[in-house]
Amino acid sequence: MSSGFSAMVVKEFKHVLRDPRSLFFLLAQPVMMMLLFGFALSNEVKESRIVVIDQSEDEETKKLIERFDQSRYFEVTQVLQNADPVSGLFKKGTARLAIVFPAQFAHDLKHTHTSQVQILADASDPNTAAIAAGYAGVLFSEYQNEMIGLIKIPYEIKIETRMLYNPQLISAFNFVPGVMTLILMILCAMMTSVAIVREKELGTMEVLLASPMHPIQIVVSKAVPYMVLAFIDVVIILLLAVFVLQVPIRGSLILLLAESLLFICTTLALGLLISTTAEKQQVAMFVSLVGLMLPSLLFSGFMFPIENMPKPLQIISNAVPTRWYYNIVRAIMIKGLGFASIWKETLILFGMTVVLLGIATKKFKVRLQ
Amino acid sequence: MKVIEVKGLTKSFGQFTAVDHLTFHVLKGEIFGFLGANGAGKTTAMRILCGLLSPTSGGGTVAGYDIRTQSEEIKRNIGYMSQKFSLYNDLTARENIMFYGGLYDIPRKELKQRSEALLDRLGLTPYASKLLKDLPLGWKQKLAFSVAIQHSPSIVFLDEPTGGVDPITRRQFWDMIYEAADRGLTIFVTTHYMDEAEYCDRVSIMVDGKIAALDTPAALKIQFQSEDMDEVFRKLARSAVRTADH
Repeated sequence: MSSGFSAMVVKEFKHVLRDPRSLFFLLAQPVMMMLLFGFALSNEVKESRIVVIDQSEDEETKKLIERFDQSRYFEVTQVLQNADPVSGLFKKGTARLAIVFPAQFAHDLKHTHTSQVQILADASDPNTAAIAAGYAGVLFSEYQNEMIGLIKIPYEIKIETRMLYNPQLISAFNFVPGVMTLILMILCAMMTSVAIVREKELGTMEVLLASPMHPIQIVVSKAVPYMVLAFIDVVIILLLAVFVLQVPIRGSLILLLAESLLFICTTLALGLLISTTAEKQQVAMFVSLVGLMLPSLLFSGFMFPIENMPKPLQIISNAVPTRWYYNIVRAIMIKGLGFASIWKETLILFGMTVVLLGIATKKFKVRLQ
Repeated sequence: MKVIEVKGLTKSFGQFTAVDHLTFHVLKGEIFGFLGANGAGKTTAMRILCGLLSPTSGGGTVAGYDIRTQSEEIKRNIGYMSQKFSLYNDLTARENIMFYGGLYDIPRKELKQRSEALLDRLGLTPYASKLLKDLPLGWKQKLAFSVAIQHSPSIVFLDEPTGGVDPITRRQFWDMIYEAADRGLTIFVTTHYMDEAEYCDRVSIMVDGKIAALDTPAALKIQFQSEDMDEVFRKLARSAVRTADH
């Protein structure tokens, strides 16, 4: 390539390295997000504080209460005799569940083989309430199965649930691909678009355009340092995932890196497109954050399952590049699949990149006029 | 020898005709002032001459190359100094010089030698490794000019190069321009400072997309019965229909 192009790439690297704020943003951000998600945020609902209303106070209830307290999912804060204080506790938010054992619990169980238990949940947060109540249900089932083990019943449907790829339902398996997707999308697109617009805002873009450099060269030279940094980010994220959060990479690392490179190109194309719409850096930043982050978050399948969305939104999600990359990463990292399973997604990403580059180039040329 | 020659140069954006059938020429070694109020079409015209825009109709040559078909060659043979400042504040003086030299395909070794010579000539050698933002504006302007011509173009376009600079520095800057013109470089300069218009060999004044006047400052003052270029300009600008645009 001409000396001009390499001169520009070198200059771009200098710009990035001499701007401590954006460097911090680019390199520290992924680390912070990974650690945050890994250790602070989680979908699991552990140590739910619960109260028990034990109107029977017999052997069985005592055993069950102890079970609950020993479980890592629950912490029994109080054992009460009646249910009056419960609504107060829920209102204050000091208890998530209340478990009510009726009077004569063990007696009924022994003599009529049936007894009832009531689980009251604070569903002002329906997700956590459902999960916590679910755990409670499982605990009762396990206890029941142990009891049944001593009695023979005529028919039984044995349910064996296997959580493939992630038997312990570790939420890290979900969010590592999610974080990778988000970080790459936001950082690359935003930083590239800001870099291009900064040149326009400073007035040096004109000088570059008046030189023998072709506009394509100018733009690509701006993208190069961010490609490199984004790739470094991918490596950092994967290192953290494997060694700190114990998330495996079951598939081919090379394939994962190659697909990540493709996605980086897609995000850079998006950044280029955004840069053609903005004259000021702050506008570029704003458009990148708002225009990209929200759809990327909502429609990638990371936070909310796409299958749950109404049909029109599902169709929209097909146009969001993060959705495809997210699936690719999950397929390779968690499921250990090879290229044969993700060629379709790869092709879609590739097509998107080409289309985006085409539109962006056209808009760029028009703006030159 | 004509370094710029245009005939009927026109640029329209939809219904709006920014540049309306410009016909003029600029001679080698001339300091040519290109004046006009905001919105008169000055910037558009200059962009066409730099190969940044293509004309709607009409044409001409810059540095001997055709405006319509040879914009790449034009770019190689012109220098450009932008209004908003051409150099990068977060690069050092030396890095700025090396960068722009690299854009014009000056071989690296030669570039190194030339940049040291340039720094020396400007008295900037002790500050060569300082970031540009740490240098006074006047030095930056002079450096920007030197950088714009380091690849030995036949003509350099200066878009309001002395904005925000004190009078002494402006004077020194114009000394540099004179020096360069003496060496055969053609200078095409736009400015809002009417006293600078006096420094030019010839001046053109654009009004509403057309050239309303083109001559030496002395001749213009006689033609418009004015004491100075400021008065000439005001007399012409008064007749303008268009006010400042984008």
